[in-house]
Amino acid sequence: MNFKLKDIVPQLITVTAVVLVFGFFTYNAQINMENRGIDFGYGFLSQESSFDVQFSLIEYDGSHSYFRAYLVGLLNTILVSVIGIIIATILGVIVGVARLSPNYLINKFAAFYVEFFRNIPLLLQIFFWYFAALRALPLPQDAEAIFGVFFLTIKGLYVPAFIWQNFSVFFYSIVAAIIAIIVIRMHAKRVQENQGKQIPVFLISIGLIFILPLLSFLIGGVGISFEVPVLKQLATTSFIYEGGVSLPPELIALTLSLSLYTATFIAECVRAGIQGVGKGQKEAAASIGLTPNQVLKLVIMPQALRIIIPPTTNQYLNLTKNSSLAAAIAYPDLVLVFAGTALMQTGKAIEIVSITMFTYLTLSISISLLMNWYNKKIAIQEK
Amino acid sequence: MMSKINFLRPDKDNLNTFLYLGSFLFLISVLDVFLNSFFSLNLTGFLPGFLSFLFPLILGFIGLYFIRIEFSGIKQLDLLNKHINTNNFNAVLSLLIIFVIIKSLPPILSWFVIDASFAGDTKDVCTGSGACWTYIKVWMRRFMYGMYPNAEQWRINLSFIALVLMGSVGYFATDRFKKYLTLYYVVIYPLIAFLFIFFFISGGPVFFDFSYGIIAAILSIIVGFFIPAKYKFYYFLIVPLALYITLKYFIFFEEYVELGKLDGLNWVETGAWGGLSLTFIISFFCLIFCFPIGMAFALGRRSNFPLIRYISVGFIEFWRGVPLITVLFMSAVMFPMFLPEDFFIDKLVRAIIAISLFEAAYVAEVIRGGLQALPRGQYEAAKSLGMGYWKMHIFVILPQALKLVIPGIANTFLALVKDTPLIFVVGLLEIVGMLNLAKTNPKWLGFAMEGYVFAAIIFWIICYAMSKYSYNLEQKYKTDR
Repeated sequence: MNFKLKDIVPQLITVTAVVLVFGFFTYNAQINMENRGIDFGYGFLSQESSFDVQFSLIEYDGSHSYFRAYLVGLLNTILVSVIGIIIATILGVIVGVARLSPNYLINKFAAFYVEFFRNIPLLLQIFFWYFAALRALPLPQDAEAIFGVFFLTIKGLYVPAFIWQNFSVFFYSIVAAIIAIIVIRMHAKRVQENQGKQIPVFLISIGLIFILPLLSFLIGGVGISFEVPVLKQLATTSFIYEGGVSLPPELIALTLSLSLYTATFIAECVRAGIQGVGKGQKEAAASIGLTPNQVLKLVIMPQALRIIIPPTTNQYLNLTKNSSLAAAIAYPDLVLVFAGTALMQTGKAIEIVSITMFTYLTLSISISLLMNWYNKKIAIQEK
Repeated sequence: MMSKINFLRPDKDNLNTFLYLGSFLFLISVLDVFLNSFFSLNLTGFLPGFLSFLFPLILGFIGLYFIRIEFSGIKQLDLLNKHINTNNFNAVLSLLIIFVIIKSLPPILSWFVIDASFAGDTKDVCTGSGACWTYIKVWMRRFMYGMYPNAEQWRINLSFIALVLMGSVGYFATDRFKKYLTLYYVVIYPLIAFLFIFFFISGGPVFFDFSYGIIAAILSIIVGFFIPAKYKFYYFLIVPLALYITLKYFIFFEEYVELGKLDGLNWVETGAWGGLSLTFIISFFCLIFCFPIGMAFALGRRSNFPLIRYISVGFIEFWRGVPLITVLFMSAVMFPMFLPEDFFIDKLVRAIIAISLFEAAYVAEVIRGGLQALPRGQYEAAKSLGMGYWKMHIFVILPQALKLVIPGIANTFLALVKDTPLIFVVGLLEIVGMLNLAKTNPKWLGFAMEGYVFAAIIFWIICYAMSKYSYNLEQKYKTDR
């Protein structure tokens, strides 16, 4: 009896404590909301938001609903995360490989980069780029063109916009190329397993992904032209660029600092991964007659990736969560638009903070589920 | 005897020719860049623009190509070749890095030192093109202490000096006292630190409602060491709560509430705290709190009781899934809704609780990694010696697991220190927040760069020192399996 009690009592106490705490909170929240005359509910999402957002990927103004404002913020968060992830990955892989270089200077340079950017708070870096470095850029009228079409000014980066004709044809040609590559890969694998022949899949893939879109230009009537931003005078001292795409300085500062910061962590993951593959593996692979390319592709990379990918995914997740620091420099991301402006206007603290948290939670839990699945798939099957 | 020279294939036979020629070309290229950047002389100005730009690179490349001779027999040359000159690609990269360093030195030096202004205490002295360190000098007190009154700042200094001295006790402890160090650092030292901050820095009833709980918990843990294992479970079930109630309602009743005030010390509310000292205070407390909470949840996640396991998993995944800024948002706008109306928690305490819970989830995952890495034999051996759950974990499992995860824990602590600037969300201004405030002062506009560089240097030193210390710790406690 005593033994059983010892099993049940701790659980019972914990659960009771958790329930009590939550009950206490809910009870207080109810009383507080009653006192202040706030009612609980998510109905406000369909109301008119009546505030503007400076930078939006979808059409939005004050007459749209709060839900649309939420979408604007979410899309801006995703935009910053995706750009940041791409730059951070490229930079991180380069620096990670450079850390293993036999060249003393490159090695130390990469180490310096990692130690420098990793040990300074991200928020400080964002402030530095936004308030100090980017403020030193020229005014629109003084900006010099980069390659004749890009303009980097204090008001942001102006790049030419693409103007497509028959964009759908181009899009479908890329989709077709990707499908064809997948089919060819599967076929090549079957052929190799059955007959031992190797098909140059990589070359064929490269060819397909270039030739099909090219054909769409030649035959499908796809056309592309650029709209170059042009300086326009609004008043005697006020200038602006018209046409093209403008990237606000907040976005530039944020992506720059996020990717420079996260790249240091990715570099360390890459280094650890490559170092984690035993030297014997390389030698064994070479001794059974694989070419250096095959050694890299078939022996080193699969093992290194197994070590690299899980922590790197974690870094991607961190980058996405860190993008919420955007609120500090007024880049309209999810936290600023929704948990900032919308919360101030509606006063629905519990609903809005819970939606924001739930969004990030969904994002990270789905990514970690994906990662667990991947981990299970690539784990070495030991007998 | 001189053999025929093939300039496309440097070899050992003509070592001297190649060595002199190569080093001459290499030195010329470096000299060109050097003169160009330090004295703005352009040796190659007569060449067309593009060529003049690439000239040192081409020259240096040829020079490095000439001296790339394997097994030359000259030690320095072999070393040089091995380190920066293994092949053409590496040679170009090395040259580029050397040039970048030479090119970037003059502007950096001139900004930091040569053209910078140090003297004076008004904005007028900052006329040069360099940094205005006068700005930092004038605002130094604000960056270090925030809005804390100037006359009272000795309290912060005194507390920090005392705490650093007391923290360094571990280095001087003799072997006889070594075994009490854990108890000292885990229980006594945080308590002293808390009292210091409570009495000296705050000088008022900020944390007061919590202090009963903390005193009760610490007292009952200390006494708990001497309770026989058989009754320990029931002891911890009853005594802490009873002690808390006794302390709060029977011992420190109304007349003694003023206990928190020392005569002659003014109360400084937490809103006025700030600057680097606030960074330290927050990091210190979060560090102390997040570790035991994280450990508890790590054990909970590996517990045999399903309910406790689920609660732990839920806790960890929740905090790990959301960004810290939303957690602080929650503590600022949502948390007051969850408390009774007359119940008020200071915003500094709220921030510390939020950051501690957040980082505890990360600490829990790190410690779980260490627990999982231990071989099952350790558990079985401990059990076969007749150890119970707590004895097994305290004496056998945790010492080994924590040793394994020193780097991970150090990384989490580093992240914690780097996350402290985020408390601007709840309206507290530590050093980065003070910088943003000072930057908008109409008398001192336009010195954002100096401020951020200053803060970056401070944070870099703190974080780098921490990571080096953790590396040393890792090496010290490394055990081979």
